[in-house]
Amino acid sequence: MSGPPPALSDTPAICLAFILLVPLAGAGLALINTGLGRARSAAQLMMSSLCVLSIAALAYFVCGFAFQGFPDQPAHWLTIGGKPWSWLADGHLFLHHVALDGSPASLAALLGMLSAGLTALIPLGAGADRWRLGACSISTALLAGWTYPLFAHWVWGGGWLAQLGSNYGLGRGFIDSGGASTIQAMGGLTALAIAWILGPRRGKYTHDGMPSAIPGHNAVLVLFGCVLALAGWWGLNASGAILFNGADRGVAVRVAINTILSAASAGLAAALITHTRFGKPDASLTANGWIGGLAASSGACAFVEPLEAAFIGVLAGVFVTLAVEWLELRVSVDDPGGSIAAHAIGGLWGVLSVGIFAELPLPASTAPVAARHPGQWLAQLVGIATLIGFVLPLTYGLNWLLDRAYPQRVSVEGERQGMDLYELGAGAYPEFMTHSEEFTER
Amino acid sequence: MKILGFLLLVSGWAIVLTAVALLTEGTPRAAFVLAGIGVECVGVALLIRAHPVRRGEHE
Repeated sequence: MSGPPPALSDTPAICLAFILLVPLAGAGLALINTGLGRARSAAQLMMSSLCVLSIAALAYFVCGFAFQGFPDQPAHWLTIGGKPWSWLADGHLFLHHVALDGSPASLAALLGMLSAGLTALIPLGAGADRWRLGACSISTALLAGWTYPLFAHWVWGGGWLAQLGSNYGLGRGFIDSGGASTIQAMGGLTALAIAWILGPRRGKYTHDGMPSAIPGHNAVLVLFGCVLALAGWWGLNASGAILFNGADRGVAVRVAINTILSAASAGLAAALITHTRFGKPDASLTANGWIGGLAASSGACAFVEPLEAAFIGVLAGVFVTLAVEWLELRVSVDDPGGSIAAHAIGGLWGVLSVGIFAELPLPASTAPVAARHPGQWLAQLVGIATLIGFVLPLTYGLNWLLDRAYPQRVSVEGERQGMDLYELGAGAYPEFMTHSEEFTER
Repeated sequence: MKILGFLLLVSGWAIVLTAVALLTEGTPRAAFVLAGIGVECVGVALLIRAHPVRRGEHE
């Protein structure tokens, strides 16, 4: 007779609890993207969000974790200048040989499934009101099955970016506590690629290049999504710090405090900027600022003091607010959800903030000593260069090829009719539709 | 111009990787990494210019 199943020790159980919060971030992003889009595309956007989460989980299960791996697991190596560079994990498809028992690798696989979905949700905001459901599903499979795991291996799977410290003396190697690079910056850069490939919405720009305002249809959804996302980010940042940076479970309190401080500072900074410039605070830009603060917090939240986290947030709010305007007015990029500014700019700033502010634990030290490492900023810059110089061309190239084979933008008729009726056959708010026969005398 | 922009992005990244792999002195390595990022910035600027609003097409 077998005894009771062994209980998980405290740390894996706590880590699992944090990971189970992550879907709330996905729900928050889906609500924000939907609220900032048009009413006639709301159902299609929520449906796309659900499909994206489903396809990402399956693609990551099939091959994603095999490519991402976990530190100290088999990997493909290149020798460059006499140093080993791990560039791709050598795992098994379908999570074969991963003990699903609370081991760090199994927790990383679960977190990866959810993180890949979160990454794939970000471009939906940039493609709102014109991105076909089928196209975004295939694009998600490419992102979650190849692009995300490849870069995540370099950062979280013991790959060459993580080895920059041991191989070349660049601090502790590239550090990303909660996914500022792997999730936020990658999602934001993919959003930029999608916005470029799809082009702006019909009627967004006039003949002389001036943008027209197409306001989001539901600010309540957007602001509720912000609060929901905060809970998800707590899970994301805490589980990432424990799993990939060897932080003690007690770090969760610091992570939670720093995460909310960063988001709050960024949201208030955005509200103040818009109030100063336009006379009234802007709800959608404040939401973008909040999300930018969350994205920036993911870089260093486990390794900075609360005051530094608040400062990181303030700058994130300023950068994101200015970036939204710059993208719309100067660069003519139509991004209804503000995904590029909030996630790409916020995420890249979060990555850089590690090099500027983080006090990282000394390697192989039993004492709780932390210090700023010389060369850490350079490791972070190498990561940023990799995101812009490798990830952006890769994700653009894959989506461009997809667009050749299967046009990603909806037809002119579909855009006029609205994505809900054209792709789903029913709208999100049928009771709000005005029927002419209701006003005719019988 | 679009292809040139992407070539510059990848070239900038290659400069960064080469600096990390081949240079050992801190200052030259940092200088080349920053130079590589500078090349990437030029690539991004070219890509922005290569993606103008196709007026009339999406209006």
